[in-house]
Amino acid sequence: MPVPAKTALALSLAFSALTASAQMAPVLTVTPQPTVKVAKGATAKITVTASLPKGYHANTNKPSEQYLIPMTLKWTSGPLQLEGIDYPKGALEKYEFSEKPISVVTGEFSIVTTFQVPASAARGPAAQVGALRYQACDNKACYPPKTVPVNVTVQVE
Amino acid sequence: MALIVSVGLGTVACAPQEPARKAVKDDKDRKPAPEFELKDASGKVVRLADYKGKVVLLDFWATWCGPCAIEIPWFVEFQRKYKDQGFEVLGISMDDDGWKAVTPFVAAKKINYRVVQGSDSTADLYGGVEALPTTFVIDRDGRIASVHIGLSSKKDFEDAIENLLSHAGSGKDGAGAKPGL
Repeated sequence: MPVPAKTALALSLAFSALTASAQMAPVLTVTPQPTVKVAKGATAKITVTASLPKGYHANTNKPSEQYLIPMTLKWTSGPLQLEGIDYPKGALEKYEFSEKPISVVTGEFSIVTTFQVPASAARGPAAQVGALRYQACDNKACYPPKTVPVNVTVQVE
Repeated sequence: MALIVSVGLGTVACAPQEPARKAVKDDKDRKPAPEFELKDASGKVVRLADYKGKVVLLDFWATWCGPCAIEIPWFVEFQRKYKDQGFEVLGISMDDDGWKAVTPFVAAKKINYRVVQGSDSTADLYGGVEALPTTFVIDRDGRIASVHIGLSSKKDFEDAIENLLSHAGSGKDGAGAKPGL
C-alpha cells in the first residue's frame, strides 16, 4: 500500500530528529570570477577556482578507481569554443575506507579551460555558462554527486 | 547475561575508558521504521512489512561509495551467519544510474541479500539520508534500534544484531509505520 503524502511528511519530520546528527553533503563553492577580456580570433583561458570545506575531498577528473565518479566541468553555452580542459592533478590520499590511496582534490583547486574566440563573435559582454559536477566524501562517508553552476562574464574585444 | 557481565568487568579492569556504547537504543526510545515499497532487480515489489518479525539491517548505499564497499562484505557475512535466526539484510541502492550500475556490482561483490532501488523520497522518509552508507538496524517489532551513519565498525553492527536476535518480538503490529500513525 503506498504511503500517503501526509503520512510520509509526518514520518519524515519525525525521523529528521532521529538522524539529526546526519552529515549533510558538503557544498563546493565556486569563486566568483571577474570579467575575462578575450580577443576575437585569439585563444583564451578561463580559470575556475573552487573549494571544498575542510575534511572533505572530491574525486579528480581521473579517479584511481573505476567505481568513483570523476569531477567534470561542462560548458553549455556562451560565445567561446572549447579547446580543452585542464583539471587539477590532485593528490593520492589514503582514507579509512580505501585499501590504497585514491586521487582526490581538497581545499581550493583550479580548473583551466582553453577556448578559441571565434572571429565572428559579437563584441561586448557575454555569459559563458557551465556546470561543475563532483562527488565528495569525508573520511567515513560519501555524498551523492552534485552539480554547481559556473558562470563567467567574458568581454569580447 | 554472561556476556554483559564479562563486558562490564572488562570495562572496569581497563578504566579509565569511554563508557561502553549501547549496541541498541532502549526499547522506549525506538520509533517505527517507515514503510516503503521499492522494487528489486527482478521488478518485484519489496515492502518493509514483508520482514515483520525479523531483525532487519537496512543499508542505504551506492556503488560509487567507498565506505559502503567496505561494509558490504560484512553484511554478506551477517546474512549468511544469522539468516536462520530470523535476520535479513536489505540494501537500498541510491545510484542514479539504477540497475545498470547496481547489477554488476551485486554480482562482483557476491551480494547474497536483497537489494532494491531507492530514491530521494525513500531517503526523505528516513530523515533525509545524505551520507552513505547510512544503516538502520530494525528490531523484530519493526522499530529502529540503531542508526549508523558513515563507515561503522563491524563489531557495532554485530553487537546490535545479536542483541536484537536474542529478544523475541512483542508481536505488536509495529513493523513498518502504517498510514495514519
